Amino acid sequence: MPFSAPPAASGERYALSASLDNARHLSSLLRAVHFQDHATCLATASGLRVTVEDAKCIQANAFIQAEIFQEFSVQEESVMFRISLSVLLDCLTIFGTSSLPGTSTALRMCYRGYGYPLMLFLEEGGVVTVCKINTQEPDELLDFDFCSTKVVNKIILQSEGLREAFAELDMTSEVLQITMSPDKPYFRLSTFGNAGSAHLDYPRDSDLMEAFHCSQTQTNRYKISLLKPSTKALALSCKVSIRTDAQGFLSLQYMIRNEDGQICFVEYYCCPDENITEAEL
Amino acid sequence: MKCVIAGGNVKGERGLGPGERSVPAEPCLTPHTLSSSPVLGRAVHSLSRIGDELYLEPTESGLSLRAVNSSRSGFASFLFAPLFFQLYEPGSAGPETELFRCKVHMKSFLGIFRSLPSLEKSVGKCLILLKPRASRLVLQLHCKYGVTKTHNLAFQECERLQAVFDTQSCASHLCAPARLLADAVVHFPPMLAEVTLGTGPGGKISLRNYVEDEAEPSKTMVTELWLAEDEFQSVAVTPGSHITFCLKEFRGLLSFAEASNLPLTIHFDEPGRPMIFTLDDTVLEVHLVLATLSDLQSNSQSPSTNGVSHLPAPSDDFADDLESYMVAMETGEGDSERAPSPTFPLHTPWPAQREPEEEKEEEGAVPGTPPHKKFRSLFFGSVMTPGRPGVATTQEVLAEDSEGES
Repeated sequence: MPFSAPPAASGERYALSASLDNARHLSSLLRAVHFQDHATCLATASGLRVTVEDAKCIQANAFIQAEIFQEFSVQEESVMFRISLSVLLDCLTIFGTSSLPGTSTALRMCYRGYGYPLMLFLEEGGVVTVCKINTQEPDELLDFDFCSTKVVNKIILQSEGLREAFAELDMTSEVLQITMSPDKPYFRLSTFGNAGSAHLDYPRDSDLMEAFHCSQTQTNRYKISLLKPSTKALALSCKVSIRTDAQGFLSLQYMIRNEDGQICFVEYYCCPDENITEAEL
Repeated sequence: MKCVIAGGNVKGERGLGPGERSVPAEPCLTPHTLSSSPVLGRAVHSLSRIGDELYLEPTESGLSLRAVNSSRSGFASFLFAPLFFQLYEPGSAGPETELFRCKVHMKSFLGIFRSLPSLEKSVGKCLILLKPRASRLVLQLHCKYGVTKTHNLAFQECERLQAVFDTQSCASHLCAPARLLADAVVHFPPMLAEVTLGTGPGGKISLRNYVEDEAEPSKTMVTELWLAEDEFQSVAVTPGSHITFCLKEFRGLLSFAEASNLPLTIHFDEPGRPMIFTLDDTVLEVHLVLATLSDLQSNSQSPSTNGVSHLPAPSDDFADDLESYMVAMETGEGDSERAPSPTFPLHTPWPAQREPEEEKEEEGAVPGTPPHKKFRSLFFGSVMTPGRPGVATTQEVLAEDSEGES
């Protein structure tokens, strides 16, 4: 159940204040992008965006729109800070990660602004925990400049078809090669590991394929270690859209339905691997 | 070589590609075996309990998958008859060339069939294609939703891997439903290495964990269970006989037998001679051959030991033949271990009376890994080093693991 925190001293209002009946709506999405310790949070009137980056090659964003929250208010146009995602997740799940049906942790989040810590008030079964997490100067984020007009190939797949494939990816391969084409093999995931090569082909007329818009044959390789964390997002999602642009940048967008049936999104952007070597067949 | 394995209960399977013949669609399967791809997967899992390399040998009578353990004391083979496959083309053997055979890393092959439930649920057809010129073994799984998984595995050419054994020459035979044996072995600790099968009064069959002589009786747990003759489908045993074999390797076959619901036949003879487990089906023949612990007191065939007396065996009868003696010399560091109990010879009929020169036959199939450690753990560990899991650990070491002792 939501509850209100005491108002800020001297009548100031919080730069960001939000209430959420079920903290899992937030924590499960954050886990889907938790492959680095730190994240950059951006709060705007539309909601909260949490960004994690690695190696200047990969960026993951979790979007929790304002409508998911019971209360969501941002004073300025936007509020941005860097925070330890590991600590944030530990706090959000302080009452444990497994839940009995019918119980949930209620959350109230307050941020007074630049230089202040993020305050979390968590309540479950009458027990209240107050957390104060230090914030830092936000990092400059990568801009993949990925917009729908630049998309060369796009497919939308039901996540069910990819989950097992991603979970069983041959991690002895350095790269994951993605081929998208209007002709055979249409959509192919390939690895080149110690045992040999493996290819996973999805035909365009497969039941799993919700949309298939490939205009050009493209084959791109991405460092598998960078993409592997996206498996978490895939596991939560019901659908995934896979898009590439002319430079071979990859956009993976996952549609996630939370416990209450509301839709949230997680996206991953990845640069193609520069060391191009001949693909084995 | 090319073969296609029919799938199970998978909808939306694509048709055969160009160049692939199909046979009439009814499953070429007996009531025992259900969908074929999971059967192949389970066979691979079973074989992975034996060795690190999977040998593939296409023959006219079917595709044989085999494995041998590093100490050459365990061998398993699964022969899938042509009828098991929707399509089976072993390839052509010329007058001077044999049918192509190869071996692959077990891990790589196992990785393809790792998840048995998903094999059952989502894999339809499985195509196995050997491409000698590209040096690739191609495994293609046709899955649900039209998805195709293609694995191109590197392989190595190899010599024929064959253990010679003869079930007819065994004195004792037992046939039991897999369930019975599975229920029996569940009582033994998972890490237990050896177990002794014995025949007792009234036709009862006993199973008992093997305990080495040096272990202190008061600190060792012994588990023994008796099975009545009528629980078996057939019993033809020498009364008062017993035989000790490696349980770990047997468990792999047992899971397969249980899943396939096939009765298991056990053939054994005197201690020291190989024990053979077989499963039979119209489309599948499975053999597991395990070396057994030789009896200290037994007078098994005294070999020509070449008078290599610096192996301080408690009795020379321990080594049954020259070949295992040679193995012991290769494997026994410092020459101070007791002679191993015999491995069954490869390529030679049992009992062995052959010359050392004939060993060249097995060179081709010798795996790179030195066998001695594992070998020791099978037959030395139990005798030399008490305190392994499964037996009550003793604080003191009763047998030093080095020179000059017995």
